[in-house]
Amino acid sequence: MRGLSVPPVILPAPFAIAATIAGSLPTLWQDFAQTILKGAIPGFLIGAGAAFGVAIAIDRSPFLQRGLLPIGNFVAALPIVGLAPILVMWFGFDWQSKAAVVVVMVFFPILVNLVAGLQASERMQRDLMATWGASYWQTLVKLRLPAAMPFLFNGLKIASTLALIGAIVAEFFGSPIYGMGFRISTEVGRLGLDMVWATIAVAALAGSALYGMISLIERWVTFWHPSQRH
Amino acid sequence: MKDTLNSSPPVIEARGLNLVFQTADGPVHALKDLNLTINRGDFVSFIGPSGCGKTTFLRAIAALEHPTDGTLTVNGMSPDEARKKRAYGYVFQAAGLYPWRTISGNIRLPLEIMGFSKADQDARVERVLDLVELSGFGKKFPWQLSGGMQQRASIARALAFDADILLMDEPFGALDEIVRDRLNEEVLKLWARTGKTIGFVTHSIPEAVYLSTKIVVMSPRPGRITDIIDSPLPKERPLDIRDSREFIEIAHRVREGLRAGHLDD
Ligand SMILES: Nc1ncnc2c1ncn2[C@@H]1O[C@H](COP(=O)(O)OP(=O)(O)OP(=O)(O)O)[C@@H](O)[C@H]1O
Ligand SMILES: [Mg+2]
Repeated sequence: MRGLSVPPVILPAPFAIAATIAGSLPTLWQDFAQTILKGAIPGFLIGAGAAFGVAIAIDRSPFLQRGLLPIGNFVAALPIVGLAPILVMWFGFDWQSKAAVVVVMVFFPILVNLVAGLQASERMQRDLMATWGASYWQTLVKLRLPAAMPFLFNGLKIASTLALIGAIVAEFFGSPIYGMGFRISTEVGRLGLDMVWATIAVAALAGSALYGMISLIERWVTFWHPSQRH
Repeated sequence: MKDTLNSSPPVIEARGLNLVFQTADGPVHALKDLNLTINRGDFVSFIGPSGCGKTTFLRAIAALEHPTDGTLTVNGMSPDEARKKRAYGYVFQAAGLYPWRTISGNIRLPLEIMGFSKADQDARVERVLDLVELSGFGKKFPWQLSGGMQQRASIARALAFDADILLMDEPFGALDEIVRDRLNEEVLKLWARTGKTIGFVTHSIPEAVYLSTKIVVMSPRPGRITDIIDSPLPKERPLDIRDSREFIEIAHRVREGLRAGHLDD
């Protein structure tokens, strides 16, 4: 046991963290608003929207499929430590650059899942559409998009975690004097580990809430899928 | 007999029809020199061993596959044109209902796509649900129904927009014999009530003989027709007609046809 003991400065007791949270609510709220409400969530929504549009464009054109998927793949492979400083230079210190990092991070997992999902309808289901003389858009809206929803939500759930990481880590490379990533990096420097842990607790809560919300919507949208029936 | 049948133009006519699939292992001659005339109100069964082209022929009629040679007309038009005029309803081997739609929603789907008015949609859904004896199940989701009920729902969906040709590819293949008997009776009643032209693929000799006015026996490699039998059975067919002499004689001829196809190999 003694070998596992950790100095309280690195891992403060839970009650110390709780006390810090209770004592610094305004700061924590300001950080949360900056990082989650302005950085992660708008970035997530824009990234998801863009992925949706590009997925449809790719679906319409095999040429784009050959061109855009490899580019998306390449961008997704860029390490965030390289990407974030560049985007901070482009978009400034404030939340816009953080949202941009999040957009880049969530875009590809959502795109790949949606493109796969659009292929998920069965041949017989598509043949039925053909026998009724359905147009491309009718088939898309009434068959292929509904069939793609389980895939889309897989992508969204993965992306929600990435959005949080992206918004926090991007602040390490430049930010105003608030924000969760800023708080973590400065408090680590000042050995204010209780504040670091308080911020981590807020991040964990926010991450769970985001994930939970997406799961709820998923349940509602894909109620028909074998994994959701009960 | 022939003359009265030919008084209206044929619904489906195939002349010298060939269909070759290009595959990685070379061409597959799925249909070879098919000649067949199907008249209005015929109930035509296609029977033959696996791979003889039954599905391919049905799909060609429905413009889901395209012949490489010969002519194929549906109501005097090309299959593609006929599809645009909603000439046929297609029932696949599996029900193929969309799980995110209720039974009513599934039957409504082709009506939405074809632009029927809302009131007309409601009326048609009710009517075909009644026709396949599924009234009261409209609000259920497909996975809440048995396989036989799902298949009936898929037939209702194919009937909803009143195509005068109904194409069914082994619709009851996955069901047990008792359910199958019941559905066969229902299909016959439906055919009598609606006067549709029906193309029906099956592996079962009794099923083919029980249902059809015309039995097309096919054989594989390449897929071709070996016999066409016009059934002398009356239109009214109780289940026990299957023990009658005539029935057994036709079944025998179908079996001979199937055997001959095999001997050619
Ligand atoms: N899309 C396709 N591409 C290539 N070959 C095909 C395709 N569809 C069918 N075939 C081939 O054409 C032949 C006829 O197939 P088809 O499905 O029409 O047979 P079938 O009589 O319906 O058989 P079954 O009783 O098993 O359903 C087979 O040799 C099959 O492998
Ligand atoms: Mg088949």
